[in-house]
Amino acid sequence: MIGTLAAATTMYGNIAALGAGLAAIGAGIGIGQIGGKAVEAIARQPEAISKIQTNMIIAAALVEGVALFAVVVAMIG
Amino acid sequence: MASGTILKSKFFNIILICAFFLLAAPFSKAATAEDSTKDPKERAKEAILEHIGDSHSWPVIGKTTIGLPVILYTDKGIEVFSSKKIEEEGSVYAGANYSYKLDANKIKVVDASGKIDEVSSKKVWDFSITRNVISMFITISILLVVFLSISSTYKKRVGQAPKGLQSFLEPLIVFVRDDIAIPNVGYKYARFMPLLLTIFFFILINNLMGMIPFFPGGFNLTGNIAVTATLAVIILFVVNLNGNKHYWKHIFVPNPWWLFIIMIPVEIVSIFSKPIALMIRLFANITAGHIVILSLISLIFIFGTIWVSPVSVVFVVFMDAIELLVAFLQAYIFTLLSALFIGMAVMEHH
Repeated sequence: MIGTLAAATTMYGNIAALGAGLAAIGAGIGIGQIGGKAVEAIARQPEAISKIQTNMIIAAALVEGVALFAVVVAMIG
Repeated sequence: MASGTILKSKFFNIILICAFFLLAAPFSKAATAEDSTKDPKERAKEAILEHIGDSHSWPVIGKTTIGLPVILYTDKGIEVFSSKKIEEEGSVYAGANYSYKLDANKIKVVDASGKIDEVSSKKVWDFSITRNVISMFITISILLVVFLSISSTYKKRVGQAPKGLQSFLEPLIVFVRDDIAIPNVGYKYARFMPLLLTIFFFILINNLMGMIPFFPGGFNLTGNIAVTATLAVIILFVVNLNGNKHYWKHIFVPNPWWLFIIMIPVEIVSIFSKPIALMIRLFANITAGHIVILSLISLIFIFGTIWVSPVSVVFVVFMDAIELLVAFLQAYIFTLLSALFIGMAVMEHH
């Protein structure tokens, strides 16, 4: 059904690109939240900057991993 | 003005770079004239997939390749031949047992008329030295040379300050020990240090070699899901074979005992899902990075004009910087999560 809808409205490319784009939105929201809270925490306590930065990088890599699962499924499907 | 002030000014550098791009303009035609029967987007997609995938021949520069040995274990015996014999599209090699042809980068058995014989193709196991295998050998030899020389230097210079290659790698090794192993594995970290160090440097050097665009580099080893699957299986075995009683109790005896119907399947799935997540994370990050860089360079060929190239090159430099960060970060995250899982398996009850 989605395929015929796409063909009817002359959408170029396939629906997998749309899925990958949605995954990018998810990653953007997630990593944006992480970065925002990390920067707030650094502003509150600048001497803990290196610990906060390490934890931010770890959490960002985990969130990005989930978004990349979606990209891999979009590529394969 | 003092001598050399013109050569050292920033303005001169900018002029030099612009002159380089303008001088490269006449050569832009040659790049697109090659195989103009196909649409540039199709050619770009083919080139990207060819870069990311594996292949039986090793490209040196342009179209010249080094033929790698193709080792096939058939049900009638072992066959070894150079990949140059089946390199061109559609050429068939008549081996001792069957005839072989390369079909979409896989070796297939063909019968006398050239038709692919699927049934016999399944009996042929492909153990060839492909491009990824050679790249892994290169990485392994780099690792061996570097680390054996460092360890012999450490033995000779006991108690002295580190010098040379030692002092370059010592911060990294101490970083893996103090920031990854000890906080996550606990006091039994020394048993797992060799594994964690090997994983970290193997992934790091493979990622970095994949970033080098010319001859011995430029392969995509950690972006090959078989390689990351192997690393994940190693972690699976290490974690589960080292699990102590407390670890298995946590999986099979849930806290309120009447939840066991749900919790045991969930816990068993999580034993496998953690290494699978490690595998997919590393594979997708590295492959996605390579695809983005190659696509940005292919933009120049798709649009076909020289004026896209400053934009494209700036983007690619930016993406290369990000990819360097990702190379290090993914090695760090893989090692960190492995240390975390090992720590959860060997942790004492407190």
